[in-house]
Amino acid sequence: MAKIISNERLSKDFFLMKVEEENHAVMGQFYMLRAWGEYPLLSRPISVFDADEHSVSFLYKVVGKGTEIFAGLKAGAEIKLDGPHGNGFPEAEGKIALVGGGVGIAPLYLTAKTLKKLNPASKVDIYLGFSDQAILVDSYEKVADQVTLNVGGFVTDDIDPLQYDVIMTCGPEIMMKVLYKKCRSVGAKAPLYVSMENRMACGIGACLVCTCKTTAGNKRACKDGPVMLGSEVFGDE
Amino acid sequence: MSKRLEIDYAGVHFKNPVALASGTCGFGKEMGEYFDIQRLGGLCSKGLTLHPRGGNDGIRVWETPSGVMNSVGLENPGVKHFMECDCDRMNRLDLVNIVNLGGHSMEDYLEAVELLNGCDLDLLELNISCPNVKAGGMNFGVKTEMARQVVREIRKACRHKLVVKLSPNAEDIVGLARACEEEGADGVSLTNTFLAMAIDIRRRKPVFDNVYAGLSGPAIKPIALRMVHQVAHAVQIPVMGIGGISTWQDAIEFIMAGATVIQVGAASFMNPAIAMDIIDGMERYLEENHIANISEIRGIL
Repeated sequence: MAKIISNERLSKDFFLMKVEEENHAVMGQFYMLRAWGEYPLLSRPISVFDADEHSVSFLYKVVGKGTEIFAGLKAGAEIKLDGPHGNGFPEAEGKIALVGGGVGIAPLYLTAKTLKKLNPASKVDIYLGFSDQAILVDSYEKVADQVTLNVGGFVTDDIDPLQYDVIMTCGPEIMMKVLYKKCRSVGAKAPLYVSMENRMACGIGACLVCTCKTTAGNKRACKDGPVMLGSEVFGDE
Repeated sequence: MSKRLEIDYAGVHFKNPVALASGTCGFGKEMGEYFDIQRLGGLCSKGLTLHPRGGNDGIRVWETPSGVMNSVGLENPGVKHFMECDCDRMNRLDLVNIVNLGGHSMEDYLEAVELLNGCDLDLLELNISCPNVKAGGMNFGVKTEMARQVVREIRKACRHKLVVKLSPNAEDIVGLARACEEEGADGVSLTNTFLAMAIDIRRRKPVFDNVYAGLSGPAIKPIALRMVHQVAHAVQIPVMGIGGISTWQDAIEFIMAGATVIQVGAASFMNPAIAMDIIDGMERYLEENHIANISEIRGIL
């Protein structure tokens, strides 16, 4: 069990939870979180928002029973962390765009931080899309060269894929698909990495409920992903 | 570990009666990164079919109160891939290697069984809860006579010990279990998942592309326990009890109802190493109650 350092409400549905945990989590990975005994039966896969050696932070949105329980946890309470799981975003350099929609912005914070640390000369731009209320814009501005905000519209309209060497995205599947199509239609050479959010059960690659059918065969979002090439996920559409 | 938990199932020695259920533990590789899977009594492989299957589209998992529904659709790499890549590794483990096999036609079953005759394994668990494509999609495990036919043909072709995994959706699970015994099955395991449904009221559509899905987890435990009790009373061959077992107390209940081995399925999603807690709890219970071997309490009800 890990101790919760803080669990702050950022807007109506969004919360940021910081937990004490020795870890080596990298950008784009996730943990299976559980703050209850038996039920709900499944643990909840939540992306790493930020991490240092002694703590991990999770940005989450209340969407159901599990996240509702998370939202009620106070500092000092305990939570079970299992992870980190998944492959995470790849290391990259040059001009990089990170495109997030809704709670899909979560993994992009540590990703921007990591990419800038890897090569300070890299240009890391972040595109944040929200349906109503923007959150954490100041925080993202601190780790990126430029933050483009879109509230109520389509964040995919704001990006010119031709400006980038690499594009990474996390958000609703439809948003990531639109971005993939846009990249293809403008003839962007930049590889597009998408982080999949399929429903999971075991979280460790054993049960096959989070399978993505890709052009490179079936892939488990939890174990082979969550990060995959957009061309593999959406390539045949 | 003492010998209190050691049992014999159809001539196969289990160091303890706890196995992981098919479809919840892959081929043991991922679970092995979590805990010492060789503490398990047995491990049931992901359900295999003759040819590789990509599985179902759409949402594959849905949580329910005290349970979980799944519609994976038997995604698996096929029998040949299993024999080349996983079977030897499973055999080298110090546990009972239970290979689960499904099929969508008699021909597929028989061809797969022929292939599996070419490798070693401890028990072949036959999944008959698949739709028979040659009978309008009727599940092999619903009608006693259709199940009898499958078991009869496979028994003739199969050199391995055969455990038939029964569907709780059977028209008469007791009669169906008897038919399996009459056709030479070495054991039965029950139950598979219960046919269930969930509706997305916002979209006004079923949650699952297949409309129906399989319910498992503690939600089904009392029904599965009742079925194990009925079947264990009706047949002489040993029974494996499956259905929502998530604690050692649940496991002891199934043993008292007549199961020789129990399988842990959905509970591993609560905690991948939950089977270890179940084994430890059972051992403690036997010790505290001065029971020399678990078989002393098997089927006492």
